[in-house]
Amino acid sequence: MHEFAITQSILNIVLDEAKAAQASKIYRINLVIGELSGVVSDSVQFYFDFLKKDNAAEGATIDFKQVPAELRCRDCSTSFNPKDSLWACPACQSSSVEVVSGRHCYVESIEVE
Amino acid sequence: MKIEVLRDITSANDAIAAQNRQILDKHNILTLNIMSSPGAGKTSLILQTIDRLKDELRLAVIEGDVASKIDADKIDKEGIPVVQINTGAACSLEAQMITPALNKLPLENIDLLFVENVGNLICPAEFALGEHKKVVISSIPEGDDKPTKYPLMFTEADAVIINKLDLLAHLEFDVTSFRKAIEGLNPKVKIFEVSCKTGAGIDAWCSWISTEARNERPPQKG
Repeated sequence: MHEFAITQSILNIVLDEAKAAQASKIYRINLVIGELSGVVSDSVQFYFDFLKKDNAAEGATIDFKQVPAELRCRDCSTSFNPKDSLWACPACQSSSVEVVSGRHCYVESIEVE
Repeated sequence: MKIEVLRDITSANDAIAAQNRQILDKHNILTLNIMSSPGAGKTSLILQTIDRLKDELRLAVIEGDVASKIDADKIDKEGIPVVQINTGAACSLEAQMITPALNKLPLENIDLLFVENVGNLICPAEFALGEHKKVVISSIPEGDDKPTKYPLMFTEADAVIINKLDLLAHLEFDVTSFRKAIEGLNPKVKIFEVSCKTGAGIDAWCSWISTEARNERPPQKG
């Protein structure tokens, strides 16, 4: 599990942005988590509650926006969201697929005062 | 007030990985990030490769493990420069761990650097280290379902090694369907079937590395 390091990285990003905007308090972090990013929101929440003490994010909540994995079949071009994490094409059962989206995890925006 | 940020959580790691890559490119060092489950044969493959290529290329190794320096000691015995990184609780090497390790290596005298990642088929796929190629080892005893269970790792690989081929006669492992699954996820991947125990297939793997080490490497994107 590397969610501790990831949460630290999220915190660094939001504190950096808040400082640049001369904001003293962050009250909301809008985080986008792709299904294939490997980031587990419950773990991020757990570490965030621990790490946010004594800084501008202390009163902040995280809004997790989950982006489903989207794959495309290389054989028949069908785009699909994998069910039960199985990467086979639902139309032709091919396992020749590529990732279209769901790979990234990023801080979309922060709300500050 | 809402501030648009749009910063990827791996951006800090990626920036450090890009710096590592600059250092490696400056010294013209081909760097391979070796990933697999624990016990698939990362160290054995590196040792076999050292044995075949040590007269042709100047090699070095960075070893990543949660604990111990068992692997570094094995490399050290071969007279090859090696740095051990112990990650403690961390499940993968990260770019910032590689930078100080590079400082400990004689970079002027290295052509090929192996970075042996922590044994794990999940997390190492998430962190770029600055490497030129990602190599994933999957071994016969692990079963032929690994590309289906851990697709992302195989999607990212430049080369996949099927190791412990000497055990094929004793275990259920369908090499054809395994290869098909990997090629489905990743049509450009190079696949090598080897046995680090008997040495079978190691020549083809080493010949790929020699070619990659000689080839001019394109500058990194971005």
